Amino acid sequence: MGSTYWWMLLGMAIATYVPRMIPLTILDGKELPPIVSGVLRNIPFAVLGALIFPAIIHIQDDILFGILGAVIAFALAFIGLDVMFVVIGTIAALAVYSLF
Amino acid sequence: MNTTFSQGLKAGSSIAIGYFPVALTFGLLAKTTGLSIIEATAMSLFVYAGAAQYMALSLLATGVAPWLIVTNTFIVNIRHFLMTAALSEKVEPAPRWKKAIYAFGITDETFSVLATQKNRQITTAFAFGVALIAYSSWVIFTAVGHVIGANLPQFLQQAMSVALYAMFIGLLVPSMKGNRKVVLLAAIAAAIHCALYYTHLLSTGWSILVATLMSAIFVEILYVKSTKNVERFTEQKEVN
Repeated sequence: MGSTYWWMLLGMAIATYVPRMIPLTILDGKELPPIVSGVLRNIPFAVLGALIFPAIIHIQDDILFGILGAVIAFALAFIGLDVMFVVIGTIAALAVYSLF
Repeated sequence: MNTTFSQGLKAGSSIAIGYFPVALTFGLLAKTTGLSIIEATAMSLFVYAGAAQYMALSLLATGVAPWLIVTNTFIVNIRHFLMTAALSEKVEPAPRWKKAIYAFGITDETFSVLATQKNRQITTAFAFGVALIAYSSWVIFTAVGHVIGANLPQFLQQAMSVALYAMFIGLLVPSMKGNRKVVLLAAIAAAIHCALYYTHLLSTGWSILVATLMSAIFVEILYVKSTKNVERFTEQKEVN
């Protein structure tokens, strides 16, 4: 691919690193207005909602596959299993499903 | 309490499992796109962003200009501004250069694991552990995917495509239990993201950012207002 590829890679690396690094190092221990820090504390749970849906529904062409995966994962997590077992259990259940 | 480096490695191990099929497929696709093993592995090593890397491959294959690929990468990763800003509220004080190093390891997945820790503060050692195991899996399995060039058995490949989402659910649900605010935050963000996705209003990079921010702000205003109402109510009672 030649040197163009490596320049592109450098650009991609910077474009990825900057959004990761700037807030973490600049906001470093600064006191933010309560409403702002309240919103920031909400971010993790909102992000998770947005990351899960609708993507999980479309992991395979068969929509039922993703919906089944979501239901199983929610069930396993709800009964209190550790994250690792939620992941392994859901994969195992879907593997069985796609075999039949 | 999760505070040490090795506890970080352990907490990050479900990410490593989740990355395995995604990185393997990336290595394989990179090979079919015409990248050498060095070029493919270097992308995982220096860029380290799943969605952006996949997008770069498909754009390279269609001959899109490199600067457009870089712009795309930035847009896809803009959401990390929000995540690392949120994380800055939770991490223990540390020299800037240390934060600058583990900041490189912040992905959707490592952020989710770090931000859902019950600890009041995330230690630097723990953050390094989570970041390192996830990063290693991503880089190593990119190279492996390029070398072996073969897929996993079809049924396993399909089943493993759920791994990262199952992990997100496994991280979210314990916080949802008995906490209506968390349920509301996740549900509203999911609903907004679905609406944006199915109407094709925004590209994925923007839509996750917008859905997250709208939900976080809306719920915060809702809760601030309701506490104010409660305060006003109790004040009135006291006056009476």
